[in-house]
This record gives sequence, C-alpha cells and structure tokens, in this order.
Amino acid sequence: MFAYIGRRIAAMFVILFGSSFLIYNAAAYSGDPTEGLRGSSTPQAHQKLLALIRELHLNVPPPARYFIWLKGIGKFFTGNIDLGLTRDHTPVSTAISNAIPITLRLVTLSFILAILFGIGFGIVSALRQYSRFDYAMTFFAFLMYSLPIFWVAVLLKAYLAISFNNFLLNGKIAPIWIVSASVVSGFFWAAVISGTRKRVISIFAIAGAATSLILILLSVSKWFTHPGLGPISMLALGIGFAVGVTYLSTGLSNKPALRSAITVVAIGFVAYFPVEYFLKKYANLLTIIIMLAVTLAIATGVSYIFAKIDRRPVIRTSVITSLFVGLLFIIDKLMKTWVPYVNTDAIHQRPIPTISQSNDLLPTGNFWFSSLDTVLHLVLPTIALVLITMAGYLRYSRGTMLEVMNQDYIRTARAKGLSERTVIMRHAFRNTLIPITTILVVDTAGIMGGAIITENVFGWHGMGTQFNRAIHNQDLNLLMGVFLFTASLVIIANLVADLLYSVLDPRIRVVGKK
Amino acid sequence: MALFRFRRAPELVEVDPDGDIFNKETEGLSQGQIVRKRFFRHRGAMISLVVLISIVIFVFSTLGFKIFGIGYGGWWKYKITDLPNLRTDGCSIQLPGCPTLDLIPGKNFGLGDHPFGQDDLGRDYFALTMRGAERSIEVMVVIGLVAGFLGIVVGAIAGFYRGVIDATLMRLVDFIITIPILIIGSVLGYHFGSKGVLFLALFLGLVSWGGLSRLVRGDFLTLREREFVDAARVAGASNRRIIFKHILPNAIGVIIVNVTLIMSGAILLEAALSYLGFGVVPPDVSLGLLISEYQDSFTTRPWLFWYPGLIIIIVALSVNFIGDGLRDAFDPRQRRRISRKDRAAENQSAAKK
Repeated sequence: MFAYIGRRIAAMFVILFGSSFLIYNAAAYSGDPTEGLRGSSTPQAHQKLLALIRELHLNVPPPARYFIWLKGIGKFFTGNIDLGLTRDHTPVSTAISNAIPITLRLVTLSFILAILFGIGFGIVSALRQYSRFDYAMTFFAFLMYSLPIFWVAVLLKAYLAISFNNFLLNGKIAPIWIVSASVVSGFFWAAVISGTRKRVISIFAIAGAATSLILILLSVSKWFTHPGLGPISMLALGIGFAVGVTYLSTGLSNKPALRSAITVVAIGFVAYFPVEYFLKKYANLLTIIIMLAVTLAIATGVSYIFAKIDRRPVIRTSVITSLFVGLLFIIDKLMKTWVPYVNTDAIHQRPIPTISQSNDLLPTGNFWFSSLDTVLHLVLPTIALVLITMAGYLRYSRGTMLEVMNQDYIRTARAKGLSERTVIMRHAFRNTLIPITTILVVDTAGIMGGAIITENVFGWHGMGTQFNRAIHNQDLNLLMGVFLFTASLVIIANLVADLLYSVLDPRIRVVGKK
Repeated sequence: MALFRFRRAPELVEVDPDGDIFNKETEGLSQGQIVRKRFFRHRGAMISLVVLISIVIFVFSTLGFKIFGIGYGGWWKYKITDLPNLRTDGCSIQLPGCPTLDLIPGKNFGLGDHPFGQDDLGRDYFALTMRGAERSIEVMVVIGLVAGFLGIVVGAIAGFYRGVIDATLMRLVDFIITIPILIIGSVLGYHFGSKGVLFLALFLGLVSWGGLSRLVRGDFLTLREREFVDAARVAGASNRRIIFKHILPNAIGVIIVNVTLIMSGAILLEAALSYLGFGVVPPDVSLGLLISEYQDSFTTRPWLFWYPGLIIIIVALSVNFIGDGLRDAFDPRQRRRISRKDRAAENQSAAKK
C-alpha cells in the first residue's frame, strides 16, 4: 500500500513537471508581456522595457526560462516554495492564498447541495425508470448540460434577484403564483411517491392543497418581510424530519431509532430559549462549533439510552436529526437578523444582491449581520452552480443505480424476504455510492478551477479572477501559480479517489499484479 | 404507513432465455441494422436529429457560404455589416429596433423586417445571430473531428500495441488531462482567437481528446483478446486490417457516443471562452461573444440576450439527445419496457401454440 502511494506520488511530480512545462511554453509563446511597451517610442519606455526584460528573464528562450521558474518551485522541498512575483510585484503565493478561501466559500455550499439533489433525484429517477418523472428528470438533466452558465446567471439576476427584491417590498404573493406553485408541487410529489391511479390523484390533491395553504398563511402573516421560525414551527419541522430520516435510515419499525430521533427534536424544542440567548450573547464562530459538539454529544447520548443493542443505525439516525435541528437554529437566527439587516442604509430594502461577494458598506463587527450578508451573496451563484453541476450527478447516479439493481445480490436480498426498503437503502443505495464517491472526489478538484466563469459573472474575487488577471496582463508567474494549484488538486484528488475506491470496494486492489 | 413506496421496477424484457420478444426483434439483422432500428425508435433522439439538421440548413443558408469558389449568396436581405435605420414603428420610443418575429398566426405573422431586432448601431441582429451560430457549429464540428481523430488514433495504437508505446502515450494523456481545459483553452484562445475561428477550434481540438483516447484504449485492450481477433490473425490478417476491419467496428459505439459529448461540450466551451474574451474576437461574431457584449442590455432590450442563448441551448440540447439515443442504440444490454401491445401480441401467439 505505502509502496503504491509512494509510486503514485513520484508519478505525480513527473506529471506536474510535464504538464507545467507544456503550459509554460504554450503561454510564453502565445503572449508577449512587453507588447504594451514596444508600441511607444519614448526613452522611458525603452528603459522600462529593458528593466522588464531583465526582471522576467525575457532574453532567455521559454523552454530554458521554464527552468528558472522551476528553481523557485524546487524550494518546495526545502519548505519555502517561491512562486515568483506578479506583474504588480506582489508575491504570487499571497495572491493565491487570498483567493482560495473566497473560491472555497463560493463552491462549498453549491457542491454539497448539488450532490444531495443530484444523487437524490437520480436514485428516485432510477427506481421509477421509464415513468414520467424519469423522463422529466432526463430532460431536465440534458437541458442543464446544455445551458451556458453565464446565460443562466444573467437570467437569475434579472428574474430572481430583481423581481424577488421587488416582491419583498410588500411581501404578498399573487394568486397566480400560489396556484402554479401548488400544481407544480402536486405533480412533483405525485410523481415521486407514485402508485395506483387513485393514490396518485389523492397525493396530488394533498400536496397541492398543503402548498397553497402554507403559501397563503405565509403571505397573509407577512412572513416574507418578517421571516422567522419560532419554537413551534421548528418543532413541527423537526418531527417531520425525524420521522422521514428514521423511515429512510432504519425503517419506522425500529422503535429505538424513532424514539431517540424524536427525543432529540424535543430536547431542541425545550432548549430553544437558552440556545437563542447563547447565539445572541456570544455571537461568533466558536460558539457555533461548541454548540455543534454539544448537539452531537446529546444525539449520541440519547441513542445510547434508547438503544440497547444494534446502536449504530440509531446513532446515525439521531445524529442526522440533531444536525438538522441545529441547522434550524442557525436559520432561525439568520431570519431574525433579516428585518434589521434589510433596513440598514447599506441594503436599502434590496436584500438579494446580484454582484460581488460581500457588502462593504455594512456596519462591521456584527457576526449575524455579516453571516446573513454572506449567505445572501451566495444565493444567486449557488443556484446557478447547483443547476449546472447537479445534472451530471443526476445522470450518473441514475445509471449506477440501474446497474446495481440488476445485480445478483439484489435478487438474493429480495429472495431472502427483506423489505423493499431494506433492499434499496441497505443493499442498492450503498453500492451505488461507491462509484459516485470517487467521481465526487475528482470533481472537488475540478470545481475549484471551474468556478472561473461563475466568479466572473457574479464579481467574486477568487481563483477565477486571478486567472483572468494573469491572462489579460500576460502574467506568466501568476498563471503558473493558478495552474500549479488546480493541477496538483486534480492529481491528488485522482490518487485519493483510487485509494478510496479500494477501501470502499474490497474487490478492487490498488497494489499492482506484479 | 409508507411515506415513500419503494416499488419494484417494472419487469424488463430480454431476460427470458427463450426470450421471444428480444430475439424476434433482432433476428436476422446485422449490427448496423439493429443499431439503426433502436436509434429510430428513440423519440427524443429522432426529434433532436430533425431539429439539428433543420437548424444547420437554416443557419448556413441564411447568409450564404462559399466553398472552393462555389458560392451561395444567402436568402437574407441584410449582411452583418449593413447598418439599416433603427426601426421605430411598433416599438416603444425609448427602445427602437425591437424584434419583428411573430409566431402567432395573424397580420404580422412571419419573420418580418428584423426578426431578432437590431442592436444599438442598427445592425440586423438576425444576421449577427446566424453568423454566430455558423461559427459555433463550425467550432463544434472541427473540435469533434480533431479530438475524435486524435482520440481514436492514440487510443487504438496504445490499446493494440500495448507495452512501451502504450505507457508512453498514456503518460502523454495524463499530461493533457491534468490541465483544466478552460485554462489551456484560454491561454491558447487569447492569442489564437484573433487568427480566426477555425484556428481556435483546431487548437481546442488538440487538447480535448484525452478522455476519449482512454476509453478507446480500454475497449481495444479487451477486444484484442477476443476470439475473432485470434481467428483473423490465424487467417493471416495484417495488424492494420485487424485494427480497422475487426476491432474498430466493435468499438465504434463508445467512440460515437463520446464524440457527441465532446461536441456538445465544445459549443459551450467556445461560448464560455468568447464570453471571457479569450475566444472569438470582434469583428468576427460568435454566440458567446454576442451574449457577453449585450448582457448589460438585458433589462432594456432583452432580445439581444435571448436569441443567441436560445440557439446555443437548442443546438447543445439536440446534440446531447442524439448522443443519448446513440448510447441506447449501441448498448447491447439495452432493455426496453414491453408495451401492453407487445405483451398482448405475445400472449396471443403463445395461446396459438
């Protein structure tokens, strides 16, 4: 195993060497940094030109110049890597390390959501193969494949941000929207749950009526302009979630799991006011991390009390439930920040921003203000990225699930008389996750580099901006810095994916046949 | 109480060993005929094929073309360089040059004078969009051809000859795959974009064949161990004959499907590069460039934004659907749900026996 990893890492350096050599020369031959200076004929320009040539070693031909650059990279082995300077004479490493957290902030949430939605819809689509839902999902996936992200982004800005901001001025939903939302939700749930014709019709009616009722209530109570959850609706949401998770993860017949999940929700309900107080009084990241730890401890403790044997599924169920309850607390707190946030001068009643990563005019020092600001700035880019990236996962998980469902071990599981839920969640779903996991790992690397366009459209200043700057200024050092970062990530992710595959699937061995 | 019914998937055809329906369907047909039959049955793919062909004919006939001296002038009255007056009748006063396209039958039905409107200079936007679509389709085809050719050749040689050749070629592929396509595309596009769109497409094709060659190599590695290859070799076939006549036809499914995927990706890649300013540069026109130029006028004159985007989507979507249809057609494990009619016919014939 270690020999294998060692060999792969050695190969990684060779590949990085080769591909960086390739791109260095491609970039050096296709761009001339002195272009701007050569045009003018003033003596200062000539001086500057000479200085630039000396500084960037432009008198050395690119293949040889590559090795000058490589010498700085070689210091990686002695601990202080030298990526050179940008054209504005700042170190490339600072430019990149400033950009990484911003790109991470941009892609993390959308990546998680894309995975959840993509895999979820993909699997339901596979279970309902050749149904209308399946066809609709296939069409949706292909449509998303074919959308240019910058085009979607402009549409989102125009329709979602601007129209939604207008809507928020009075917060009343027009009847036509209520009707269409109810019909859509009715169709969706009827297609997902499905069954006999009679059942489908009743599901359609129930889902549609529930949606209209909720929307009317929210509209009448002015919820959109004064949002908040409050303890009662949190309890209702929590119990609904607890039942749903228990059903999927262990089945409702597992009483300890159901009881402990509901107890976790109940504890959250009881602790509503104290937790609220803490989040208000000690508003910082540390509090949230401590609360997270406490939440996990409570969930584990509760499941230990309820389950005497076979604890793992029970713990899993209550931990997922507790995380959801924790998330509700954060959402509730953010919603309570909404009204004062919207009424600040910096926001001016238009809360959904169309551009940039944060609002600099906001009063600083207020943790919840800046958190809400970050969340709101994430809304549009996240929707755009999720729409575009989830299509791939949807298709892939659908295909894998279909393949898995045709395997012999699924037939065996059914022949043993296991319930269809157990067959799917325990036998099929888990095996579907194996190839998906490895794809995800490789994608994490790609998505870091791939947010170039999204950043450009929404005016975020992450890796994409650095890359743009590098190409427009013919800044070879900066370009190589960005490239080295993304390419190393891709290679490392490939290695991790291969290792993960062998851990997850015992049939695969990484150590060669020799 | 079941929240979500884990229903079993409907039983599928083909599993039955005496499999009447499955066998009857493909009895006495060559591989090509089976594939064609299955492809024609794929409704989405067939619709897409018709749409794509009509779009290509429509787009290329609008402004005309010239190949090897044989030219066709095009049926549209404006060229992209024409500067007609801005249309004001029928538009609101602040927004001259609104589109005249009307798909509702009535007095104004048809294309009208400026179906997609005019831009701020008065240029006919229909002509601009059609020129952009021409460029996009050209880029798509060139990238598909170049990447397809390189991918097949490299993959076939690596998979067939194995050993040192394979190892060397696959390291080359590793280099190319490591470089994110948008990065190398931008680097190349920034300078070669100005040399013409076909040049840009050629370079993009040169860097997008990595994935395809890996797949082709994998197919060749398994196919070359099969009996029919041994048989051909015993019969004295040359390597070239084995590669072209015996292995390649069996790997063609993977190749075609992936080339369509490369092509639908290519149209988006070109649009993205042009949008960032690293692709096609003015005075040439491309759909990505049009979107990028007019994205700020979306709130005032939305037609400048809608039409190029819609064309990209329609072309990419139909190529994707055609690829899906081909995948289904080439997949030997492809299953189809028995329709009620088939099952009834089946029962009837069984009853007769």
